[in-house]
Amino acid sequence: MSAVETILAPQVQAQEHEHEVLPFWRQYIFSEDHKIIAKQYMISGIFWAILGAGMSVLFRIQLGFPKASLGWLKPLLGGWITETNNLDPNFYLALVTMHGTIMVFFVLTAGLSGTFSNFLIPLQIGARDMASGFMNMLSFWFFFVSSVIMFYSIFISTGPAAGGWVIYPPLSALPQAHPGSELGMTLWLVSMTLFIISALLGGINYITTVINLRTRGMTFDRLPLTIWAFLITAILGLISFPVLLSAALLLIFDRHFGTSFYLSEIYIKGEALPNVGGSPILFQHLFWFLGHPEVYIVLLPALGITSEVIATNSRKPIFGYHAMIYSMIGIAFLAFIVWAHHMFVTGMNPFLGSVFMFLTLIIAIPSAVKAFNYITTLWRGNIVFTPAMLFSIGLVSLFVTGGLTGIILGNSALDIQLHDTYFVVAHFHIVMGAASAFGFFAGVYHWFPKMFGRMMNQTQGQIHFWLTFVGIYLIFFPMHYIGIAGFPRRYYQFTSFDFTKSSFADLNMFISIAAALTFAGQFIFLWNVFYSIFKGKKAPLNPWRSSTLEWTTPVNPGHGNWVGEIPAVYRWPYDYSKPGATEDFIPQNVPYSQTTESNFPHETALIAEEKNMLPYSPNDQFRTEAH
Amino acid sequence: MIYAVGLLSIVFLALAIMVIVRVQKILKGVNGEESDDYAVNVNANAIACLVFLILGTIGAVWSFMSSRAYFLPEAASKHGKVTDELFWFSMGLLTIACVIVNVLIFYFAWKYRYVKGKQATFYPDNIKLEVIWTVIPMIVMAALVFTGYRAWTDIMSDAPQDAQVIEIMGKQFGWQVRYPGVSDNKLGAFNFKLINDTEGNVFGIDLSDEASFDDFTNSSEMHVQVGKPVLLKIRARDVLHSVFIPHMRVKMDAVPGMPTKFWFIPEKTTDQARADLGKPNFDYEIACTEVCGQGHFGMRLRLIVEDEYSFKKWMAEQKPFLTEHPELISKVPDNLKAKAAKYIPAVEAPADSTVAQVQTVGIGTASIK
Repeated sequence: MSAVETILAPQVQAQEHEHEVLPFWRQYIFSEDHKIIAKQYMISGIFWAILGAGMSVLFRIQLGFPKASLGWLKPLLGGWITETNNLDPNFYLALVTMHGTIMVFFVLTAGLSGTFSNFLIPLQIGARDMASGFMNMLSFWFFFVSSVIMFYSIFISTGPAAGGWVIYPPLSALPQAHPGSELGMTLWLVSMTLFIISALLGGINYITTVINLRTRGMTFDRLPLTIWAFLITAILGLISFPVLLSAALLLIFDRHFGTSFYLSEIYIKGEALPNVGGSPILFQHLFWFLGHPEVYIVLLPALGITSEVIATNSRKPIFGYHAMIYSMIGIAFLAFIVWAHHMFVTGMNPFLGSVFMFLTLIIAIPSAVKAFNYITTLWRGNIVFTPAMLFSIGLVSLFVTGGLTGIILGNSALDIQLHDTYFVVAHFHIVMGAASAFGFFAGVYHWFPKMFGRMMNQTQGQIHFWLTFVGIYLIFFPMHYIGIAGFPRRYYQFTSFDFTKSSFADLNMFISIAAALTFAGQFIFLWNVFYSIFKGKKAPLNPWRSSTLEWTTPVNPGHGNWVGEIPAVYRWPYDYSKPGATEDFIPQNVPYSQTTESNFPHETALIAEEKNMLPYSPNDQFRTEAH
Repeated sequence: MIYAVGLLSIVFLALAIMVIVRVQKILKGVNGEESDDYAVNVNANAIACLVFLILGTIGAVWSFMSSRAYFLPEAASKHGKVTDELFWFSMGLLTIACVIVNVLIFYFAWKYRYVKGKQATFYPDNIKLEVIWTVIPMIVMAALVFTGYRAWTDIMSDAPQDAQVIEIMGKQFGWQVRYPGVSDNKLGAFNFKLINDTEGNVFGIDLSDEASFDDFTNSSEMHVQVGKPVLLKIRARDVLHSVFIPHMRVKMDAVPGMPTKFWFIPEKTTDQARADLGKPNFDYEIACTEVCGQGHFGMRLRLIVEDEYSFKKWMAEQKPFLTEHPELISKVPDNLKAKAAKYIPAVEAPADSTVAQVQTVGIGTASIK
């Protein structure tokens, strides 16, 4: 085949794709298009977030107003409101468990990573779609079935799983120990098994796509930090989720097939069980081998999004691009060898505690580097307060404030007192929950124009930010005090103990009010999203004046993202405010030969290589389809 | 009450921020400076950054000062004093870091807010800076790890030989305590298969071990002697529990099938603590911090720290488990029955009606079976 034919072939193919019209259910429901799948994840994530956060408001009512009569909730909760108009203690535990499960897995893993890895990976690396559109579709629908099962479990008569989101056996293994360990726990395990399959299918796809489908010129050191973050996140998930699957499978065996992986020497409900030789600690090791990387699975995409948004809206290159990548890799590596810091007081060998304390505190170093790099990026920038930028700035603040208390908790000697108190709750809600949620908000505000071709209302977005940001601090900052006072978490009420019953009732009330208001504030966001999808102002091609590839697609990118050839990439993604340049940003697809006025000497030297650039992307999926 | 009012004022401060934001917005709208969609409400948000920083700092300091009174009192155990000191030292260090970083974030956000046509500084990297802020946290972390490691290994070291051994067992939903007794000061063996709530053997005490004859149990309080090391032998019989003694800074999980331990030296008697705190009803308490089911929030056990005299006296007053449940003599092997006999209350003098009652109940249950 001659060179000319090779060049022409993809264009012909691309034309054919333009005319391909799929039936509605193939285009919008069982879609293989990464953009549609991303939106599906986003909508499901938002749905779960409302439910999960709503649950937290419910149990905050219980914690803030323990004496209140909750009869008015009867239409909603039915039998879970007792005859004395109180919240059923078992349902309280179910609420905290489901809140944790939903927020960690369904919102911050699927909602965040699912939305933005799917949406941005092909668009930012210059690919037509994911490596396997079919697997991608399968990933979403596994997640969907998993969601349906988890959702169903909320409504069964014995209630959903209720042993805490960590579902430690034996409590979770023994139906006689708690009503939440009956059918609810079975459904939790089935749902999570499907969820893990979904996460693996998605993760393999993300990794493969980033490695194989980058457009010409898009070398690894020209990848936007978002892509680096998604890639590392996917690798983390791929290594750690199967371990949770194994933990869940063994638990299923213990529950239904009489094995004793986690059970030993148990006497319950007047009966000594035959199980001997198992270890509940084994489950905790397996669980946290996922559980800790999971923290970074939810946080790294948020940090990736933040990197991109802060650079774009500071009109400055991200400071220390390489340091950012190395610190993410460092965090990801360390994430696998710090899990037992959740287990300092489980009776684990104290020597292991020392080792894990040491490894845990090392993780503060790459985290600190990231924080300082964000701050330096702000320094002498020209900061545009788009809602996305505000959420990114807020994220850095939360990441630092919440991360610092991690240094206390990672210290095994100090963790003795603070473990399983509200200090821990405050810590991880700020650094992992709120920070990651801020990443989600930043992402939606920033890429909404690309997703829906319309703009969101910026003023509403800014109000939403300040309400949420102040709200998060009002909720979780005082929670540290309650933790220092020794209040244990997962307590239905604090009236049984002298050390808890006479203090902080007003502070708990305050936190509950702040939580309810912050939750209410999220409806501004919801309104903004759904109104703007239909009625928002039409988006320009590149509303944030950003230099990454997704903004070179049409306003509403169709199947295959680019019309005609995929653009080539000549430079890194952060050429903002380059001295001498005519604009304050230079898109990645602009060759150095066109920017001679702003090139650095080493960049001028690269001009000679530009003529070697292929005239088409060798990884173009449409093109390979032609052969 | 003042406290509640103060807290509510934070809410109003937050609302005030919102109002400022709104007003600024309207002003900007009037001036018509920012007609472009690209950068809206620049000044309003920049000011909000500063306002947040200032009010946030005030709020943090003020809320801390007013919450301090409700923190746990000074640690009542030897190791607790060490970890408390370490905690507040680390906390101080981290607060400084937190303030510096947050000030930088919001000051920069305000200072470098968008101005049309302004050129940002192209500043992609600086190896020296990166090295500095890698090395400084490294040194701080090394210091914290070192102090933390020392405290941790001390706390987790083996208990002194003379430590008072006490077994504490978690069950749904309460703590059970067993003392090794006054005669042999040795805890008898146990086996979960021997647990029988109807017979009263909640612990699964193995009566074929003669060390268990003088063991006594309690389900509402634990007594310890001030200044003397206490070694808690911790276990659970159904699901996970966790022994938490907030005032002693003690926490350790209770795991079915895997006994754990924790030792500490109580340094202040309950009476002394009551006097110091000015609370005549104050009690040390033991709570559960590992979710264990419906009654998780109510697993309370009183801890009484007393001087040597009172402690010895209390110990001497306790009736061994076997005395409380004389019908269980049937579980004692024949060769040890003679040794066990002295713990069985004399049958001809049933002065203690409760024992008699228990006996009848015991016999009654047996006959039903």
